[in-house]
Amino acid sequence: MPSPRYRREMPQRYRLEAGKCKKCGKISFPPRLICPACGSKDFEKTKLTDYGKIVSYTTIRVAPSDFATQVPYNIAIVESDNGVRVTTQVVDCKPEDLEIGKRVKFVFRKLSAEGHTGIICYGYKAVPV
Amino acid sequence: MRDVYIIGVGMTKFGELWSKSLRDIFVEAALAAIDDAGVEHIDSMYVGSMTPGLFVGQEHIGALMADYLGVAPIPAVRVESACCSGGMALRLGFFEVAAGNSEIVLVGGVEKMNDGADVTYALATAADQEYEVYQGVTFPGLYALIARAHMVHYGTTRKQLAAVSVKNHRNGALNPNAQFPKEVTIDQVINATLVADPLTVLDSSPVSDGAACVILASADAAKGLQKPLVKIIGSGAATDTIALHAREDITTLKAVKVSGERAYKMAGIKPSDVGFAEVHDCFSIAEICIIEDLGFVEKGQGGPFTEQGHTALDGKIPINTSGGLKSKGHPVGATGVAQAVEVVEQLRGEAGKRQIKGPKIGLAQNMGGSGASSVVHIFKAE
Ligand SMILES: [Zn+2]
Repeated sequence: MPSPRYRREMPQRYRLEAGKCKKCGKISFPPRLICPACGSKDFEKTKLTDYGKIVSYTTIRVAPSDFATQVPYNIAIVESDNGVRVTTQVVDCKPEDLEIGKRVKFVFRKLSAEGHTGIICYGYKAVPV
Repeated sequence: MRDVYIIGVGMTKFGELWSKSLRDIFVEAALAAIDDAGVEHIDSMYVGSMTPGLFVGQEHIGALMADYLGVAPIPAVRVESACCSGGMALRLGFFEVAAGNSEIVLVGGVEKMNDGADVTYALATAADQEYEVYQGVTFPGLYALIARAHMVHYGTTRKQLAAVSVKNHRNGALNPNAQFPKEVTIDQVINATLVADPLTVLDSSPVSDGAACVILASADAAKGLQKPLVKIIGSGAATDTIALHAREDITTLKAVKVSGERAYKMAGIKPSDVGFAEVHDCFSIAEICIIEDLGFVEKGQGGPFTEQGHTALDGKIPINTSGGLKSKGHPVGATGVAQAVEVVEQLRGEAGKRQIKGPKIGLAQNMGGSGASSVVHIFKAE
């Protein structure tokens, strides 16, 4: 991944930074320039809560090349306690441990690496609590 | 707007076409469509293709195909909307004729997926690159997330998902252009290799090479031609959030719903007027969501409706008479145009062993990504 592109997303991937619409209160993750709920362009910085619940989940058995060595791995849509949904891996558990509604916590983890000399890509994953 | 007719159709066999190139398969389908229409010239051309750049390292294929078809210097452009690139190309060709800018337009779709690219990666570029793909998600993965939620919210069963594949393979077995013209059983689908739980490889459309073309014409240009005329009476397109997780309800494909409503409105018909349809069954769950979101059945009833046989060739509303993406194959950019080819062949009574009885109105629905774009066309036999 080209480094400018990686660096730009660090606040979201490392710290779960989001934008909260000052007009209607909707939280956008990643931050946007225009609120998808009300069209306002006025935001304040906020964060996703550290905890949430699983909305749906799957286990990836056939992966793109960047993730080929990780299969099988779990992917879920997780809704944070402040109502924001993200797609994330769910780790430190088995596929059969997952269920819709299950509580999870976001954690900081390595996601992928570009060989031996490229960028190590970090970000959030979720673990069951 | 002027009336627009489809006066010619052509396609290659779908499959692993090792000995043919991207340009060869496009020209093969285009010549078949031109021959079928019996026209001497075309005025302009739209080529749907999702990502020839990633699959074979070739962009700028509007010009490339015009060159190799021997029709340069006519205007020609590639249209991209992920897996509904072909359907969107058809929409642009439709409006070009409707607007009076061209009398005869060639609309094609083409993709070469078997030339050695990382197909899973290339397809995943149609999802949110920074917030879905970065996390390791795949397209089967996104549809698996939809499937799991649909099963929990509506009681859709693993067997009902499999029934979609079984039915489409039964139809595809009657289609000489299909990539996998053979039947499968419920048990085979359920027990096949898992791709993304609960979806198996037999819930998924294959990796395919192929091309399909149609010739559109104004009423004046279509006058005097020998083939039965098929008129495009509705075209609707819509978009949704690129990321699946950003949707209020991940079991509803809003772009499908809205594109359908827009096409119905233009055509002046209701869902119950549609006799049969080709829909975007990239995964078994997609067909179930689509027949619900197009209004053929109540939300949540797509699974039982399919299991009861109502979408079979002899059912209430035959769905994917061609075999669908599942059995016919899914060369992503070609799919939307190939759907139009099937609908036209059915309306003309030229669908061979899979011909349904006396169809009047057919619909084609083509979708991009995890439903972030959708296009619907409605066709009527004149
Ligand atoms: Zn707002």
